[in-house]
Amino acid sequence: MAVCVAVIAKENYPLYIRSIPTENELKFHYMVHTSLDVVDEKISAMGKALVDQRELYLGLLYPTEDYKVYGYVTNSKVKFVMVVDSSNTALRDNEIRSMFRKLHNSYTDVMCNPFYNPGDRIQSRAFDSMVTSMMIQVC
Amino acid sequence: MDAPEEPLPPVIYTMENKPIVTCAGDQNLFTSIYPTLSQQLPREPMEWRRSYGRAPKMIHLESNFVQFKEELLPKEGNKALLTFPFLHIYWTECCDTEVYKATVKDDLTKWQNVLKAHSSVDWLIVVVENDAKKKNKTNILPRTSIVDKIRNDFCNKQSDRCVVLSDPLKDSSRTQESWNAFLTKLRTSLLMSFTKNLGRFEDDMRTLREKRTEPGWSFCDYFMVQEELAFVFEMLQQFEDALVQYDELDALFSQYVVNFGAGDGANWLTFFCQPVKSWDGLVLRKPIDMEKRELIQKQEATVLDLRSYLFSRQCTLLLFLQRPWEVAQRALELLHSCVQELKLLEVSVPPGALDCWVFLSCLEVLQRIEGCCDRAQIDSNIAHTVGLWSYATEKLKSLGYLCGLVSEKGPNSEDLNRIVDLLAGLGAERPETANTAQSPYKKLKEALSSVEAFEKHYLDLSHAAIEMHTSIGRTRSARLVGKDLAEFYMRKKSPQKAEIYLQGALKNYLAEGWALPITHTRKQLAECQKHLGQTENYLQTSSLLASDHHVTEEERKHFCQEILSFASRQTDSPGHKIVLPLHCFAQLRDLHFTPSNAVVHVGGVLSVDITMCSQMPVPVHVEQIAINVHFSIEKNNYRKTAEWLTKHKTSNGIINFPTETSPCPASQNNLPALELYEMFERSPSDNSLNTTGIICKNAHMLLRRQESCASLETPSGVALEGGAHVLKCNDVTLEPGANRLMFRTQAKEPGTYTLRQLCVSVGPVRFVLPHLYPLVQYDVYSQEPQLRVEPLADSLLAGIPQKVKFTVTTGHYTVKNGDSLQLSNAEAMLILCHAENRAVIYSNTREKASDVLLRVQSSDKVTSISLPAAPAYHMIEFELEVLSLPSAPVTGGESSMLGMTEPHRKHKDTQKAGHCMATTDHKVSIDCPWSIYSTVIALTFSLPFRTTHSLLSAGTRKYIQVCVQNLSELDFQLSDGNLVDPGSADLQLVPLNAKSPQHTHSKQSVFFVWELKWAREPPPSLHCQFSVGFAPASEGQLSIPLKPYTYEFQVENFFTLYNVRAEILPPSGTEHCRTGSLCSLEVSITRLSGLLEVDKDEALSESDEYFSTKLMYEVVDNSSNWAVCGKSSGVISMPVVAQATHRVHMEVMPLFAGYLPLPDVRLFKYLPHHSAHSSQLDADSWIENDSLSVDKHVDDQLDSSSIKSRGSVHSASSSEHKGLPMPRLQALPPGQVFNSSMGVQVLVIPSKDDHVLEVSVT
Repeated sequence: MAVCVAVIAKENYPLYIRSIPTENELKFHYMVHTSLDVVDEKISAMGKALVDQRELYLGLLYPTEDYKVYGYVTNSKVKFVMVVDSSNTALRDNEIRSMFRKLHNSYTDVMCNPFYNPGDRIQSRAFDSMVTSMMIQVC
Repeated sequence: MDAPEEPLPPVIYTMENKPIVTCAGDQNLFTSIYPTLSQQLPREPMEWRRSYGRAPKMIHLESNFVQFKEELLPKEGNKALLTFPFLHIYWTECCDTEVYKATVKDDLTKWQNVLKAHSSVDWLIVVVENDAKKKNKTNILPRTSIVDKIRNDFCNKQSDRCVVLSDPLKDSSRTQESWNAFLTKLRTSLLMSFTKNLGRFEDDMRTLREKRTEPGWSFCDYFMVQEELAFVFEMLQQFEDALVQYDELDALFSQYVVNFGAGDGANWLTFFCQPVKSWDGLVLRKPIDMEKRELIQKQEATVLDLRSYLFSRQCTLLLFLQRPWEVAQRALELLHSCVQELKLLEVSVPPGALDCWVFLSCLEVLQRIEGCCDRAQIDSNIAHTVGLWSYATEKLKSLGYLCGLVSEKGPNSEDLNRIVDLLAGLGAERPETANTAQSPYKKLKEALSSVEAFEKHYLDLSHAAIEMHTSIGRTRSARLVGKDLAEFYMRKKSPQKAEIYLQGALKNYLAEGWALPITHTRKQLAECQKHLGQTENYLQTSSLLASDHHVTEEERKHFCQEILSFASRQTDSPGHKIVLPLHCFAQLRDLHFTPSNAVVHVGGVLSVDITMCSQMPVPVHVEQIAINVHFSIEKNNYRKTAEWLTKHKTSNGIINFPTETSPCPASQNNLPALELYEMFERSPSDNSLNTTGIICKNAHMLLRRQESCASLETPSGVALEGGAHVLKCNDVTLEPGANRLMFRTQAKEPGTYTLRQLCVSVGPVRFVLPHLYPLVQYDVYSQEPQLRVEPLADSLLAGIPQKVKFTVTTGHYTVKNGDSLQLSNAEAMLILCHAENRAVIYSNTREKASDVLLRVQSSDKVTSISLPAAPAYHMIEFELEVLSLPSAPVTGGESSMLGMTEPHRKHKDTQKAGHCMATTDHKVSIDCPWSIYSTVIALTFSLPFRTTHSLLSAGTRKYIQVCVQNLSELDFQLSDGNLVDPGSADLQLVPLNAKSPQHTHSKQSVFFVWELKWAREPPPSLHCQFSVGFAPASEGQLSIPLKPYTYEFQVENFFTLYNVRAEILPPSGTEHCRTGSLCSLEVSITRLSGLLEVDKDEALSESDEYFSTKLMYEVVDNSSNWAVCGKSSGVISMPVVAQATHRVHMEVMPLFAGYLPLPDVRLFKYLPHHSAHSSQLDADSWIENDSLSVDKHVDDQLDSSSIKSRGSVHSASSSEHKGLPMPRLQALPPGQVFNSSMGVQVLVIPSKDDHVLEVSVT
């Protein structure tokens, strides 16, 4: 499903980034990093909107020939970025949303861990396996 | 479509397309009305109510009025809408019934029949009434007008199908009115026709669409049908609706492609899967690309053709709708999806063809948008177009790489063939852009034509894209394009141009902590720097890469080897050093001092252990590791002493360095932790605290501008510190991972040493850590030799041997053999020399070093202690016994001194509540070998005893009692108490004491008593010397004989002169005294001796060899047992003759019953006023402070005696001292008066009548 999932800290450094092993990892790093431009743009545009009405899902950030990059931002400005293969046309917006929601829930679990230091890289196995499930899930 | 299209071919600009309205009947009439009609029709909007719940719309109607022909009417099955006549109007001006009947009616019938034949129901008959004509024609039937006739003949139920237009060319209100009515009717009819016909068309279309699953269904046919609808909406200027039609077609096609991908292929789709032969990009400059449309119609279009055509139509409509930015956005989506669709449909595309198509399309879209917007609009909407720009850049880049235009050598023959093929696919340039200089077609053709042209175009595009990204704040995207550019430059072998882009990108990635991009960019940068020959930068990047865990092991080794091979190479200038930051080479983990408190004395050895983690993948041989040390002399001397430092440095000597968390965002990385310290500022004069506070020592680091931190990758410009103080460690091989390094140093100058800069030397390469953080310091101190002498116990006791501890702190002085302490002996203090005196030598850390025998040599003036040889900064400890002699040897000279000290000491005792021991200080001056000055040490000894004496009398027999009070904590054994009067030999002192030694416990007293006996007349004063041997009770045998404790005192006037006897006799006739009844007190004072030396004073009066003295007696009852009645005192003249007796009779009354002691009888000497003493006294003091003066007087008198009698004098003197001059009273010393009735008691019986007893005694 997703070919790359990234969690990016408020300060824009990666907390977690994983891509499917078959592809060049570096490419996705560049892609996710570049997509932060659009995330920033969308967040600053959203900043004017009321906080409680704010939509966490940012939608399609950065379409490329081969991939679609979607974004999601938590209230604490932690960003989730998901890269999806463009050929995967069956994937609808709603599914992307629900995937993000799943990701957010799992991230919240990570944050709830008293042994996790906010700002550290995420090394939780539960989070990792959840991401794995999102990546291998075939539609 | 065939025949009917010929007069009105659909190749028309759709904006000029208007719904067709046919006109039949009087053509001349219509021609005359047409200008007004075409002008008036669109003037007012009309509400168009729509079917299927679509929102009603206000619409301005326009029409294309054409002459009615039967051919215009669509045949059965023809679905063309554009050419569909929506309304048929018959125009007539006929006002003559005859004419009507003759021609018009026939004409109308024919027209109606044609319409009916084509089942067209949208028609209208317009009768134009003309007043002018009416006047000419007189035979008008007023009853039935032509209108009525027509209505009657043709509009059998729809009378409104016939409209009258009155005087259309006149300017009157009636004309206006009829025009309005007509136009409304016309519009309504048109809209009704639209609704009806379009509704029917849509239904047909839907039916057609529903058949799409049927085998013969063709998308192209359906496309044409729905596009017809779109055309009509466009014709009606309903662009939104038109766009919807195209979007539906778009979605339908997309869905088919998706289904195809999922394996559900439709037959018709295979037509589209033909290999792509033409890739000439989108054509957006024409409203309708008829070529493509024809291809679609003929089912010969490829996917690209269909997409191009669809998008060109959508683009046109969006531009009509003033939504150019949506065009840009949709274009990007389209281009992406087209590429995907071609992949999905497995359409064979020659390599590069798609890139050409995308490139051309991007530029076409951009130019199209630019063509319809002004500059300001474009600039403010860069966000929408920038995607197309970078996409075009990307595509041009890949074309360049594909065709060998990026290589140094230029394209080879294979590349050239490819270029030719690609250019062929573009076809010829389209006529509409042929004259445009910068058309996409020309650009591409030019770019592919030569290496130089490609470079120019690629650079133009890249720079434009970077600029746009930057201008809207998309720095990351700009960096990415920049990196591509850098790659391009590297290919073109111009690394100097690439460097800036790589540096920029790297800075960005570093700032945000993206490890993989950092590594990748660094690798590129390393290559670039290598080409540029930036040795220093290259080595730094190499070291960073060699320590990077994201790099493969081989690559790391390669980069490490690069550094090492550079280091081993001989450089031309041997002094040249390459300074690199340490953090990419190795990291410090911890530091450990030995000794752990990091305090060392001058000359001592300090070792520093550092754990350094090498980041290199292979072992690295390092010539030297040096730590520069900053030396500062502490101003505060006290800080340098060992005691202070050991007290204040409590750390275990391990300093941990914070581990650098590798790729960390800039915000955390740049700011070092606060280094806060307490600050105390003391005034230089008295060391009192002036100010205190907290200071931040690294404020300069925290407050500096952030930009200066940006130079992470460039050599940090660290200056190598040169200094006199360096800790070194030579020839070390640093294994990957943790290494322990040991630095040893011998402390030289005292002061504080701060470890500052760490430098690792590998050949000419220096890895430098500019500042060790946290602060690492060690202290070197120098200490003067010191001698300390202190008692072992709380206080030293005089008289017995006491242990005193000597501590020699050698400090910087080395004690040699033969060094000795010379103690000049104090006179009253002995230093006891034992054979076994051991000295212990301790090292600086209180570890016992050795144990030596101490040699003490004593002469009468000097005691010399030979110190054992001890190195510097050691301590020699030994104990000596000293003895303070409690009193000096009995010699004449000494006794006087002691006699003087005694009262002084007594005075001290009385002041100090009697509990403190008297002390004596002994000063010993010691000559130390390290100093020319003598050290004077005062030892304070406390006397363990306090001694008092008293004289006791029994008639004429005399006793001396000595009380020895032990004040110390020790128990003592007292023996051989002895009292002698060395002055008078005829006096005998008979001891009444036990012979055995007396044990006196702490805080207890022992009494000694002697009886005085004399043969001849005793001397007036007795000089006694008491001595007693003493030894601590706990200790067994003492090594030396102790001097006895001595006490000297004088006893004066001890001989009894008067005997006072008192007797109380009951009243006569009674056996016992009774309370309340007067008794007689008989006092007899008897002189016991003749004239003696002591009597010779002023009171003595002589007459005829007969001596008498004046005495005053006084009866006082202090316990208020008795009431003295009458005179209680009196002066008597006493003859100085033995056995001379004076009797006094007094009346006293007992106040209580029981055995009552007798009242006191006191005797005073009554001295006449002309004495020498009185003249000395001040008259005022007599009056005011009489009692005090008497006291003083008595004190003067009894100065040398220990006996004091006070108090009783008061009453006597107070009664006598009125008036001047007056006689004085002097108490007789108690030794001279013996009260023989002391202790006698008289039985007093209570009186029978108790109630009488009411005596108040004040």
